[in-house]
Amino acid sequence: MDHLEKLEAKSVYIFREAYKEFKNLCMLWSVGKDSTVLLWLARKAFFGHVPFPLVHIDTSYKIPEMIEYRDNLARKFKLNMVYGQNTEALKNKQTYPLGTTSRIACCKALKTEALKHTLAGDWTRYRMNHSTGEYEEDTNKEPYTGVIAGVRADEEGSRSKERYFSPRDRENEWDVADQPPELWNQFKTDFAPGTHLRIHPLLDWTELNIWEYIERENIPTVSLYFNQGNGTRYRSLGCGPCTAPVKSEARTVKEIIEELRSGKFSNIAERSGREQDKEDGGGLETLRRDGYM
Amino acid sequence: MNTREQMNIVVVGHVDHGKSTVIGRLLADTNSLPKGKLDQVKATCERNARPFEYAFLLDALKDEQAQGITIDTARCFFKTKKRDYIIIDAPGHVEFLKNMVSGAARAEAALLVIDAHEGIKENSKRHGYLISMLGIKQLVVLVNKMDLVDHSEDVYWKIVKEYSRFLEQLGVKPIAFVPVSARDGDNIASVSSKAPWYNELTVLEHIDSFRKQEETIEKPFRMPVQDVYKFTESGDDRRIVAGAIETGKVSVGDSVVFRPSGKKSSVVSIEEFNVPKKTEISYGYAAGFTLSDELYLPRGEVMCRDNEKQPFVGTRFKANIFWMGRNPMVLNRKYKLKVASARVNVRLVEVLSGIDATDLSSIKGKQQIDRHDVAECVFETTRPIAFDLINDIESLGRFVIVDNYDIAGGGIITSALEDNESALKDHVRRREIHWDKGLVTEQDRTKLFGHKSKFVVITGSEMAGPVAKLLERRLVDSRRAAYYLGPSSLVDGLDSDVNEEHEQREEQIRRLGELARILTDVGTIFITALPDADFYDLEVMAKLTAPHEFLHVPLKEEDTVAEKSTRESQVTDSILNKLIKQEIIEDYVI
Repeated sequence: MDHLEKLEAKSVYIFREAYKEFKNLCMLWSVGKDSTVLLWLARKAFFGHVPFPLVHIDTSYKIPEMIEYRDNLARKFKLNMVYGQNTEALKNKQTYPLGTTSRIACCKALKTEALKHTLAGDWTRYRMNHSTGEYEEDTNKEPYTGVIAGVRADEEGSRSKERYFSPRDRENEWDVADQPPELWNQFKTDFAPGTHLRIHPLLDWTELNIWEYIERENIPTVSLYFNQGNGTRYRSLGCGPCTAPVKSEARTVKEIIEELRSGKFSNIAERSGREQDKEDGGGLETLRRDGYM
Repeated sequence: MNTREQMNIVVVGHVDHGKSTVIGRLLADTNSLPKGKLDQVKATCERNARPFEYAFLLDALKDEQAQGITIDTARCFFKTKKRDYIIIDAPGHVEFLKNMVSGAARAEAALLVIDAHEGIKENSKRHGYLISMLGIKQLVVLVNKMDLVDHSEDVYWKIVKEYSRFLEQLGVKPIAFVPVSARDGDNIASVSSKAPWYNELTVLEHIDSFRKQEETIEKPFRMPVQDVYKFTESGDDRRIVAGAIETGKVSVGDSVVFRPSGKKSSVVSIEEFNVPKKTEISYGYAAGFTLSDELYLPRGEVMCRDNEKQPFVGTRFKANIFWMGRNPMVLNRKYKLKVASARVNVRLVEVLSGIDATDLSSIKGKQQIDRHDVAECVFETTRPIAFDLINDIESLGRFVIVDNYDIAGGGIITSALEDNESALKDHVRRREIHWDKGLVTEQDRTKLFGHKSKFVVITGSEMAGPVAKLLERRLVDSRRAAYYLGPSSLVDGLDSDVNEEHEQREEQIRRLGELARILTDVGTIFITALPDADFYDLEVMAKLTAPHEFLHVPLKEEDTVAEKSTRESQVTDSILNKLIKQEIIEDYVI
């Protein structure tokens, strides 16, 4: 077995454990390369099926191409696609792009808050109806208590401290200092009622592994990751106003891999194009303690 | 495709013995730091008039997390010409032992740091023990801070002797002891001239000569069943048995047997997504199979090949355990055991020897296992499990123990013990001694009803329920005392207090067995249907029904498959007639 096969086998194992142990399970789907690989691994684990809903948090500031790609893929793979958003904040124009809040506050409102309430089921969720191909209000209001997410340990410091099965309390808070032990392939899967859980099948993957896997498995990705002729591409996708493309000539997956392995990005952080990470020293850790992905 | 190897290495050691400095040095000397980082940290130190230390690099990198460089004290990445490494920095403080264990459980090799000046400390020993328990076979000991003892050969040899002797008792043989000064970089990435008496490999050379642990020995096939899938709603009729193959290999057409149940079948196909069809698959892969029989396979069954060495099946074993729980592990209390994919109740039966991890001195007569203790003990599960010994098949010889939702202990199975004094037998013996008999004898009742009492359990098919009900009808019609009870009838009544999911089935079966003891004593033919009962469920019920008779009626698949046009009642009728004709159901009448 090579390294990618080992990573794949471990992720598949984690998926199956999660599916076996938790009833109200969902998977976060951010449309980016990591969550697309995550989706692919779910199909590996369940032999072509994805037996839980995919939840997307729509900030309304995502690059339009991302939403288009999300819905096309949902239709093509017959995914149980659900999205939620902070309609209140959007209605009140409390966002960074409108100049009324800081970047961090905007992230907190449009992502963290929206996520919290979408998972809890106390804000409206929209589910794709595959017979019409359109979204309609989801009648299922049950909270999702097991959440699969595409977090990688190599992304930044706070993520490197994650467990594969990481408990959060009711408020989605994360106690970094007191995490359950994980021995061999035995994870903490017993919880007091009310515990929320984040499951991280991609923890051991690096950015390079992600692209190598995309290449090997021939996984479709958003075209924004590739240079379309203007000498730039996105390395990491987020909201339009806070994510900048990087200068790059890479037009294919192969060229991206080259760039990461020995080329210009081999020593530059992936999220360097993300403005909200820079705002205060530990911006992301602060957000994550509070439930941010 | 990236063909570079990757390896996980854990760095352990007592607090302040220099782990961070060692890691900082390794990163710096292999040019694995972000550009300019070293100079930047040096400059900061100069500005603040404090001497530069390599350990600061880790702190600085940690602060840098907002910029997303791939670093943290939890995992750092570095490269040599040979391969890519992930360094797992395991906390040295005893309070963080469970983090150390989690980190180390992922490692293929370990560096253990001992301060030459301070000598061997409590955690140097505890960590050594845990390394051996976690199955990490490659260990290099770094005798650090040699600069503080003037690179003395005597000090080095003293530590080598003392620590080797300790490790020997654990059966651990370190690859080497390297005298280093991480601060000065002596013998980390380059040979030091300050200790000319040492001319073996540097730490980095040792790291590069660690071997990837590939299983070279042919081991018997083991696949713990993780789940059985059937996605019928999505138009998929495959019934797929899924799990991770721990050892060995299996091919299409092979006869397989599941343990502990002993159910047999053969492999029809190997199922995967987005890859060409395979006819053989081996260890390491997360696999899926379709079988020639529709077996009921709960989690915890282990798929094995019929013609190979089988795992142990039993309820008692001897193990070494390490305890991390807030509360001590006490004798005879019920805990949950997770071994491979099985989850069963387990009791600590006996503490053979408590080992004080700090000096490995044994403490006899311990009645409990305290936090951070290691101990050799005997465990007994409430139902049989399939397992192997740690020295034969690692992944089936190690387990964790859950105490009140938390993973509180980890252990390795060192030997299997005879089951003959099982808790269930004990229970029945005690129960029968105390059974308060009335004035009516069994013979009186037999005479009254015209038949013996019996507990009849029908299994094997969804038709078990209808057949059981029809049997009750016919028996009562011919004036016999019969009673049918579906297990679901108990859920919200007798079993309504059974909440713990993993205990549910076990407890429900136990209560059904106790109920059968009473109802057969009444003199009735007590009938139930349990389509998916396994051999152990039946064994438990049979034992609990004693001293009265127990009859297991397995329905055969071929008998229960009906023509589409046939009505269910006709099928039930014909099955029952067949069973009577074969004299499987008959001998109630005297």
